[in-house]
Order: sequence, then structure tokens, then C-alpha cells
Amino acid sequence: MTDHASQIRRLRLDAVGLERGQRRLFSGLTDTLTAGEAISLTGANGAGKTSLLRAIAGLLPLAAGRIAFDGPEGEVEADTARSEGLHLLAHQDGLKTSRTAGEELEFWARWLGGAGDVGAAVETFHLEPLLTLEVRKLSAGQRRRLALARLLAAPRPLWLLDEPMAPLDTAMRRRLGEVMQRHLDGGGLILAAVHDPLPLPSRNLHVGAGA
Amino acid sequence: MTRTANPLVALFRREMSLAFGRGGGPLLACGFYAGVAVLLPLAEGPDPARLAAVAPGAAFATLALASLLSLERLFERDYEDGALDLLSLGTPGLTVVAAVKCLAQWLATGAPLAVAAPLVAIALGASPTLAPLVFASSLLAGLGFSFIGGIGAALSLGTRRGGVLVAVIVLPLFTPLVVFGAGAVDAFSNGLEWGPALALLGAYCLGACALAPFAMAAACRNALS
Repeated sequence: MTDHASQIRRLRLDAVGLERGQRRLFSGLTDTLTAGEAISLTGANGAGKTSLLRAIAGLLPLAAGRIAFDGPEGEVEADTARSEGLHLLAHQDGLKTSRTAGEELEFWARWLGGAGDVGAAVETFHLEPLLTLEVRKLSAGQRRRLALARLLAAPRPLWLLDEPMAPLDTAMRRRLGEVMQRHLDGGGLILAAVHDPLPLPSRNLHVGAGA
Repeated sequence: MTRTANPLVALFRREMSLAFGRGGGPLLACGFYAGVAVLLPLAEGPDPARLAAVAPGAAFATLALASLLSLERLFERDYEDGALDLLSLGTPGLTVVAAVKCLAQWLATGAPLAVAAPLVAIALGASPTLAPLVFASSLLAGLGFSFIGGIGAALSLGTRRGGVLVAVIVLPLFTPLVVFGAGAVDAFSNGLEWGPALALLGAYCLGACALAPFAMAAACRNALS
């Protein structure tokens, strides 16, 4: 789909263990996410879903195990994979409240890769009327749509999504489902921490509780 | 080539618009600078000869304090709202992010202060012939202030009362900048050779520019985990 140097085809979790403070969240988590596949990450509050996403993004050190990214020609260096191949959509969206939605989308699209079509992203998530507004004036759902638009504005294969559906209305949830399906069809990978099921076929991965 | 140049330009423009947007960072620092400069004659007594003698030094020490003001927010806002996470996922990496942020901080805060510095020095009674050198050394020192200060800002991420912590971490490291900066001006006003002091100031600043981004990136990564 894209001509990225580090096209991620597979994400491998090998006996991954995570700790927060002194507390062991989970250990021995092994799984493989391959291109075209979506995994919904489930678990109780505080089980470590967000921490796992952050660890994959390289923001948290692992307590045990290994995380590896494979490209078309074997394993890709983790730093390269992270800086060119993955998106992290978290609760804290990193949008500056004093800047307009348009400025923020433009900036992040450039920062995260820039090869994407910002106009199409705007259209997909119905952002046209919001672009000139300051981010502080957006509702929670509108802000989330702006954050989601980054996924399309800067194409990267691996999407790490933390509760992507939460503040969205029904129509937008359906729209996001279509966007995710299209991403998978194009060879993308999705790992989403969810409480409600994803609106597309996905495999379940449970973390925490006695693991 | 354009792919690596573009995101950095975009980041720089974002930093500048944040600095000049809400909060009026540069004006605030200049206001603080002017305020302290006005207090000095009140504390020191109105004798012009005595004021003129301390003017270059006082202008420099006050400059160091004024450049501390907006440092606290250098990484903190991005840390709190999650932007630092995403900045770390860009191709350029956190080291470059830190360098660009400090450069923007220098232009947004250091440059206005460098413009104010000769005015303050003259207002305190320094000879107007000193003005160009005061401006040059303040501008150069400002580069050091923002890169060294950035280390303090990154190290204090996630702590309460970060601003005070930044000052405590950073002020000792500001010493050479104040010594060489005020030293150059002092030497010039006494008719001595001022070049070496300015060269040392420049060397310290360049060293800071080269090394500080690595320290800042490591401190940010530590704060994120």
C-alpha cells in the first residue's frame, strides 16, 4: 500500500512481562500480529493494556521478554520500526489546545511521515467545519476524530489504539470500523485496547489477572 | 532530503507559535528583566558612578534569571498532554526534538532579552559604546542559557514545583556563561582585550549545543517510562 522503508509485516511479542512501580502487571505474554490482522486487547482496568501499547511503542522498558518487528525481508531494527512504522493513539492525544485543529493536523501529519493525504483524512472524519477552531473548543468526540485523522494523514502500517471508540457517536464508530477494515485490507496491522468489541472481525488477546 | 527537512521546519514553526501564542512568553521575560533592573538602583543607591560600575555585571546576572522563566514549560506541556510520546515516534528522534525546541526557545526568549540587555545596561549607567558588545554576548549567552536550561527542564519533568527545581539544577551551570559574558563586557569597558572572554563564551555555548540534546533526550525518555 505504501512505499515505507520499514513496512512492518509482523509484530512479535515473545514472553513479554511488564512492571509498573514494583507491581508485576503480567508476564509471559506471547503472541504474533501479522499483516491484515486486528487484535482486540482486553483486560480489567489497570491490567496493563495501555502499558503494553506504550511498551510496543518503545516508551516503557520491558521487565522481561522481547518485542520484535518484522518487515518483508526479516526483522527490522526496533527503533526504525517505531519511528517510521507505528501510530500510537492514546487517551492523551498530544493536541495543543491553543492551536487550531487544522494547524495541529498539518503539523502531526508532517511530523509522522507526511506522505499521506490530509484532505482525505479530513473528509473521512468530517473535520472540515472544525479546522479553523482552536482545539480547546472541540468536544471530546471531535478531538478524538482529529486524533484519528492523523492515522490517515501519515500512513503507517501498525496502529496501536487505546480505546479508540470511547468518545465517538454511533455513526462515527461505524465510520472508524470501515477505516480500520480498509487499513487491514491494505496490509495494515491493528492492536486495539478495548472494552466494547471492535466493529470488525478481530482476535482477542487477554492481559493481566494471574498471567 | 525534503522528508527529513520538512518535519523539523514544521516542529520549529509549532514551537515558535506556541511560544508567541498564549502566555506571551517573550514579553513576560522582558518584563521580568526590566522589573529586576529597576529594583537594582533602588537597592544599590542612586550614586551613578557606583551603578555604572556594576551595570554590565548586573545586566548579565539578571539576564540569566530572566531566561529561566519560560524554561519550565519547555518540555512540560508536551509531557503532560502526550505530545512528547508522539514526538518520540517521529523519524528525527527525541535528540533532534530537544535541539529544535531549544533553538526555538533561544529565538523566542533569548533574542528579545538580548535586545533588551543593552537598554538595561545603558539605563543602569553603562556607556552606550558598550551596547554592541552587550548585545552580542547576551545573544550568545542566550544560546547557552536555553540549551543548558533545557537539561534542567527535561530533568524536572514529572516533578512538582518543577520551576524551582529547574533553577536549582541550572543556575550553577549558568556560571561560566555569566563569568565570560560579563567578563568580556567588563574587559571592553576597562580598555582590555575582550576577545578571549567572548571566545570562551562561544566555546561553552557550542559545547552545550552539541551535548545537551543527548542529555535532554535521555531525561525525557526516562520521564516517559
